Amino acid sequence: MISVTRHYEFPAAHVLAHPDLSDEDNGRIYGKCANPNGHGHNYGVDVTVTGPIDPESGRIVEPKLVDELFADEILARFAHRTLNDDSAFRERVPTAENIARAIYDLLRPAIERRSTARLVRIGVRETGKNTFAYGDVA
Amino acid sequence: MPTVRLTRAIEFSASLRYCRADLSAAENERLFGADAARHGHNYRLEVTLRGEPDAVTGMVIDLKELQTVLDREIMARFDHRDLNGDTPYFEKLAPTPENFATVIHRLLLAALPEGMLDRIRLQPESGVWVDITEPESRP
Repeated sequence: MISVTRHYEFPAAHVLAHPDLSDEDNGRIYGKCANPNGHGHNYGVDVTVTGPIDPESGRIVEPKLVDELFADEILARFAHRTLNDDSAFRERVPTAENIARAIYDLLRPAIERRSTARLVRIGVRETGKNTFAYGDVA
Repeated sequence: MPTVRLTRAIEFSASLRYCRADLSAAENERLFGADAARHGHNYRLEVTLRGEPDAVTGMVIDLKELQTVLDREIMARFDHRDLNGDTPYFEKLAPTPENFATVIHRLLLAALPEGMLDRIRLQPESGVWVDITEPESRP
C-alpha cells in the first residue's frame, strides 16, 4: 500500500475535564491537565491518505488541496482556540485521542468529496513525549 | 506472531523537475507549477525490514550487508544526480514523491532477500513523506 503524509501544526488551549464530573473527580482523573483555567500545546498533526496515483499528475492527491482543506476544516476551527468551546468536544473531553478522532471525522469526508484519495490516519503529537493516532493503518 | 522489524535511514541529495516528455513546457508548467522548474531536495529514506533474527548472530540482516545494498541501489543511482537527466526512470513520469518512492521500492524489492522488505518511507522535505508498505505474505 502506498500512502502520502503531510504534517501540520497549530496551537490551541484545552482543559481536560468532563462537564458531568465534579472538580474533585476531574482532578483525580486528569491531574494538572484539569486546571480550570486551561493550558495549551502546539499540536502536530500528520494527515495520511492513500489511493491510486493519478497518471496525469503523478500524485495520490494534490498537496495544495490537502493544505486548503486542512486550513478550512481544521485550522480555521481549532487554531488559537480553546478546544472545549468547540461543538466537537461538547460530549467528549478534548484529549489527544479525541482530537485525532475529531480531525479524522472532519477531514475524511472533505477529502473524499474533492479527490480520489482516502484519509486513512491522523497522527497527533501533543508534546514531544506523547503521540497518538486514529485510523485504519498503524 | 510478533515480528522483528529494523529500520536503516540514509540521506541523499538530488535535483529534479516535474516534467513529462509528452507535454510542452507550457503544459508542464500549468500542470506542475513551481515544481516544473529544476530544484533539489535532501531526501531521507527509511528502509524497514522484517524477519526472524538469526539463531547465532541475533540479526535479521547484517546492517553492513543492508548498507551495501543501499549504496549500490540508491546512493550510486541517485545521490548528487539529476533524477531527470541522470536516471532512466523519469522520462515519462514526473519524479513526484509518489513516483520516486515507487521506483525505489521496486529496486529494493528486487535487491533484498525475498520477504524481508516491510516498508520504505521517502521524505523529500520536512513535513511530507510517502510510505510504501508490503503486505505480510508469509503464512
